[in-house]
Amino acid sequence: MPLTDITIDDIESLAVGAWVLGTGGGGSPYLGLLNMRALYKEGHRVQLMPASELADDDWVAAVSNMGAPLVGQERLTDSRTIARAVDLMERHTRYRFRGIMSLEIGGGNSIQPLMAAAHLKRPVIDSDMMGRAYPEAQMTSVAVGDLEPCPLTSVDVRGLESVVEKVPTWKWMERVSRKICVEYGSIASTCKAPRTGTEVKKWGIHGTTTKAIAIGHAVREAQRRHEDPIAAILSVEPGKVLYKGKVVDVERRATEGFLRGRTRFDGMDEWRGAAMEINFQNEWIVAWLDGKPIAMSPDLICVLDSVSGEAVGTETIRYGQRVTVIALPPPPVFLSPKGLQHVGPRAFGYDIEFKSVFAS
Amino acid sequence: MRRIGIDVGGTNTDAVLIEEGKVCGAVKAPTSQDVTTGILDSLKKLAATGVLKGADGVLKKVDGVMIGTTHFINAVVQRRHLTKVAALRLGMPSGASLPPFCDWPEDLAALVRGGVWMVEGGHEYDGRPFMPLDEAAVLKAAHEMKVAGLRAVGISAVFSPLDPTHEKRAAELIASVIPDAAITCSSDLGRIGLLERENAGLLNAALADLSLDTIAAFEKAIHDSGIAAPLFITQNDGTVAEASQARRLPVYSFASGATNSMRGAAYLSGLSDAMVIDVGGTTTDVGQLKLGFPREANSVVKVGGVRTLFRMPDLLSIGLGGGSHVVLDPLSIGPVSVGYRLLTDAIAFGGTQLTTTDVAVASGVLDLGEKARVAHLDAATCSTVFAEAARLAEEAIDRMKTEAGDVPLVAVGGGAFLIPDKMAGVSQVIHVEHGDCANAVGAAIAQVSGECDQIFKDMTRVEAIDAAQSIANDRAVAAGADRATLHTIESEDMPLAYLPGNSVRVRVRVVGDVAATS
Repeated sequence: MPLTDITIDDIESLAVGAWVLGTGGGGSPYLGLLNMRALYKEGHRVQLMPASELADDDWVAAVSNMGAPLVGQERLTDSRTIARAVDLMERHTRYRFRGIMSLEIGGGNSIQPLMAAAHLKRPVIDSDMMGRAYPEAQMTSVAVGDLEPCPLTSVDVRGLESVVEKVPTWKWMERVSRKICVEYGSIASTCKAPRTGTEVKKWGIHGTTTKAIAIGHAVREAQRRHEDPIAAILSVEPGKVLYKGKVVDVERRATEGFLRGRTRFDGMDEWRGAAMEINFQNEWIVAWLDGKPIAMSPDLICVLDSVSGEAVGTETIRYGQRVTVIALPPPPVFLSPKGLQHVGPRAFGYDIEFKSVFAS
Repeated sequence: MRRIGIDVGGTNTDAVLIEEGKVCGAVKAPTSQDVTTGILDSLKKLAATGVLKGADGVLKKVDGVMIGTTHFINAVVQRRHLTKVAALRLGMPSGASLPPFCDWPEDLAALVRGGVWMVEGGHEYDGRPFMPLDEAAVLKAAHEMKVAGLRAVGISAVFSPLDPTHEKRAAELIASVIPDAAITCSSDLGRIGLLERENAGLLNAALADLSLDTIAAFEKAIHDSGIAAPLFITQNDGTVAEASQARRLPVYSFASGATNSMRGAAYLSGLSDAMVIDVGGTTTDVGQLKLGFPREANSVVKVGGVRTLFRMPDLLSIGLGGGSHVVLDPLSIGPVSVGYRLLTDAIAFGGTQLTTTDVAVASGVLDLGEKARVAHLDAATCSTVFAEAARLAEEAIDRMKTEAGDVPLVAVGGGAFLIPDKMAGVSQVIHVEHGDCANAVGAAIAQVSGECDQIFKDMTRVEAIDAAQSIANDRAVAAGADRATLHTIESEDMPLAYLPGNSVRVRVRVVGDVAATS
């Protein structure tokens, strides 16, 4: 399959769909979308390339923005910064990247590779390493695959540049790169360890940019036609409706740099009388129906506004909102015993056995 | 304590007199094109009721005239009377790809954008400077603004709510070049979120000329009426600002109409914690009172298509009102309304459009127009229409509640007849006297606030909060508050780890009653 053009309308849809795949976290894609509107107005264009088109010895850059969402609201994302992180990696390794991919398709990081791609004139690879959003660096397909975690480049808008040349594990990479990010002012644009075409084809989670665009497109079309946006999502994704209800309580606390807490719901329609509770750590992690766990990471738990179909984030959800909770299938890489060690319920401190909503 | 509250609405200008805690007079006059006439007319009408004179026939002393107006928000929504603005952002090299006005609707940006300057400056989240302020670049920008003939200036800086010094210094430098500049600093307006705070600042700057003219017109109306009392303008948060301050920050009055109606409902019902439903001609607003003040929205609020982060009451508006179109088969109400044409277009008044008011006339709830014209509406039809209106209201109320139990509901506004006495999720429905003038009542009872938001060094946390409170108290008194009635309604502090000498940023807000002018 050849390269395809990404239109500005695709990017508008990507912003909506990536927010759904953010499963409550990942940061809003709004500022990334504004950057892309400006770039397309200036004449920039971006193309999408399936991972299957990569040669085994091609090199691919994986990018993401790190830091506190609060800082991102003041030091506004500049599309050129993420391009500089890739450029630094090319200068450091002397590789020439064939394409650029996202670390994390859920939330704001879905748009970072498009910004880098626009400036560097390379295609975006239609794959990522989470298939959703997750809070930590070891919660990726490449960490599950025990691929090399370094080097990493980290830049800030003032021209500061760092390279993390050698660390033994992904956890070490999380610690060291986090420290650099905090010194920059708690926001940094990063290029993760370069991946070969072989590695991307084997460990990438494929088709996720296309998937996010399709979800967003379905929601926007349904909104335009005054149709049910939830049904529209389920017409493009093999998801399941878990619950319909109203938020009756939200409890949040900020601990160890994460937003943790729980949200309780009262059922509506066929769930009248049934109580749901969903626990979160930045993202939605475990959903309980009448005290029984019915969905958990790595299954994607998406809480959606019942009317607009748009995602509701853990930072902004509040009493009275009418929501529909759906589950989407997890990337298969996380279903192995090793995958579940990284992102199963126990990785978040819940002593329960993983059971997928989609297990027959 | 004797105060006049005025609500300048789209159709009517309402005026009430409140004396020793009682509504002594309430009148309505048509709103006029020129502002002054409508207010003057309402004051004349109020005087004609005799309430402004004592037994001796002499005009009583009035402690304040408080005006609530939708002028400024309407100017933005209707794109009228806006001034070209110079935008100066301090934060380079960050954010360069998203300059000021970048997410404005194109038509509004074309009207307001006078020029954009971005220079180095701003702070980090922990109080460290992000970049030193480039004063030479600010001066150069100021000269270019002057050459371009720009006088309204909006300044924003990265993390200025945490440390406003760069914005304030830039304002001094611009004033040194353009002495009559009308400058808005974003740190005076909002919280974290650069684009939204900057947008608020730019809107404020765009209203500089209108604000000057409007406040002058208000002052003239009061002067011409012969009432000798200071003018106050009501704010989004249910307090008032003296005319001089309101003139500088007109955006603070954007949502004051809704706030006034909720505060008025609290006052007229005697409840401080309740849901309020304000049923107008076209829309119904539902909000929640907490300690006598409306609960504030905690998310992005769009004004005329521009994203902002104002402190505004958290309201849900639905298309239900006294003028809402009614379709009988299948049954639906609103959102379209006959609006101010109710007295000509509704069936009971000889028109052809069936409205909720017609149904109320047919069922005997209202005694308006000609009942014979709506005789074809039988009792069963009327009650299904009322049930549908109640269902719409119930759903809106339920969405706005923050707890699951039943709560009291105060119904105000001209369309309050649509709200039945028993509703799901409501413990008690309260209809109040003068409920159709709740806006003007809310304006009359508005309080005065004082705020302090600054960084204190070499103090303990308690000392710093005390110092901030005392500054806020002094500011409230300077703004017209009675010191004996002051109390703190907000207090927050944030340690700034990277600044020397135990720095802490403290924000305190106090409110009190308007002081008598005896």
